Amino acid sequence: MTTTTAQRTRTIITEASLPALPNHIKLRHDAGRGRWHVLAPERVFEPDEIAVEILKRCDGATPVSAIAGVLSKEYNAPLSDILADTISMLQELADKGVVKA
Amino acid sequence: MNEIAPFEQFSEATADSCARAPIGLLAELTHRCPLQCPYCSNPLELDRVNQELTTAEWQDVMRQAADLGILQIHLSGGEPTVRKDLEQIVEVAAKAGLYTNLITAGVTLTRDRLKALQDLGLDHVQLSIQDVDDANAEKISAYKGGLEKKRELGKWVREFSMPLTVNAPIHRHNIENLPNIINFAVELGADRIEVANIQYYAWALKNRASLMPTRAQVLRSAEIVEEAKERLKGVLVFDFVVPDYYAKTPKPCMGGWGKGIINVTPQGRVLPCHASEQIPGLEFDNVKSKRLADIWLNGQAFNKYRGTSWMKEPCKSCPKAELDFGGCRCQAMAFTGDATNTDPACKFSPHHAEFVAAAERESANPNPPAFVYRRLGGAKSGAETE
Repeated sequence: MTTTTAQRTRTIITEASLPALPNHIKLRHDAGRGRWHVLAPERVFEPDEIAVEILKRCDGATPVSAIAGVLSKEYNAPLSDILADTISMLQELADKGVVKA
Repeated sequence: MNEIAPFEQFSEATADSCARAPIGLLAELTHRCPLQCPYCSNPLELDRVNQELTTAEWQDVMRQAADLGILQIHLSGGEPTVRKDLEQIVEVAAKAGLYTNLITAGVTLTRDRLKALQDLGLDHVQLSIQDVDDANAEKISAYKGGLEKKRELGKWVREFSMPLTVNAPIHRHNIENLPNIINFAVELGADRIEVANIQYYAWALKNRASLMPTRAQVLRSAEIVEEAKERLKGVLVFDFVVPDYYAKTPKPCMGGWGKGIINVTPQGRVLPCHASEQIPGLEFDNVKSKRLADIWLNGQAFNKYRGTSWMKEPCKSCPKAELDFGGCRCQAMAFTGDATNTDPACKFSPHHAEFVAAAERESANPNPPAFVYRRLGGAKSGAETE
């Protein structure tokens, strides 16, 4: 909903949300360590494989439902489960300031 | 892999894979600072301006850091913005792919300069505040009008849509204002707040008797943070640093010695932690004579307390040895006179009772001693300053 970094309301993730990484959050591949990192203020997160797949698709234009749809096919898992997990992960990340929508 | 793995695995980086290189580099660009806070983490012996690394030397440190696999650069001081070449250093750091964080008191930065830094790739601003009461903030920092300048900086940061962290060092002279400090961060537009109880090293240790809050105050502040965290979920991210004098287990200092953090001083000395110069027997290399990677991997100071092999009892056989690494070497040194001792913050330390008693005694004193302000030569005088 809000696009400024200084958002004063909680972002609630739904299946229609268009998640994106704010400018100051960087998903970066670290060749030396052979893994992905999310760089945030005073924080470095190590997303697992699925989290990386979700974050790569957080482009501000793809709805959560479409991200879950792709993963559901890729991992051959029921859409409803994937959707619920994706929303809960993105909500957690939004609360940490890593994802905006 | 058919199922989505537990998302809890999205955790902060602590894996062994990170030990290959530090995650963060704390670059103390200068020890110069217009503020004189009595809890400053800089050493009592401050580097002078003519000792500081040159622009080219700092730029080389940034490139070497990226080559080594460091992810984040914390540009600190003193006050990093008093260096006129900050832009040139930020530019090189950002181009090298480093995540750049400016740690500032916010009283010397202009709007134009902040914009220029953003355009050069500065990722994040961390602004320290002393208190939200003007008179008290002035008393703590020995600097007039600071709070107004910080408010102004906050406006510019918002205007440029930059991410902002408010860092609030907490002690007996501002702990009662914590709710207002949190409100201030929200109003300023911060995304994150560090409610950082003072860690007692260097100037803070010298001023411990003036700064230590009571246990009741600390417990109350923890409740305030818990409540605010819930209320401000998704608005303000909290980092709460507890004062270890009232803890039962020590903090995993620096995330382990020589494991995640590397520190370069204004004159180029490379330290495992900013307080480690007080530990005797450590040999610190300088970026002027050795490569950063060589220092990180092979430096005597880094290897001295890396891992767990240096430990003695009660750390050695402790099941938490790999979790808290025996706590803080500098605190063990400062309080027990032996850096290989267990951190006195640990309940298993034979010095723990004495450690807690010091905090209780000092915090209960209704008339704490005057501050020894942080300034060149200030530690030697030891006297109350104007």
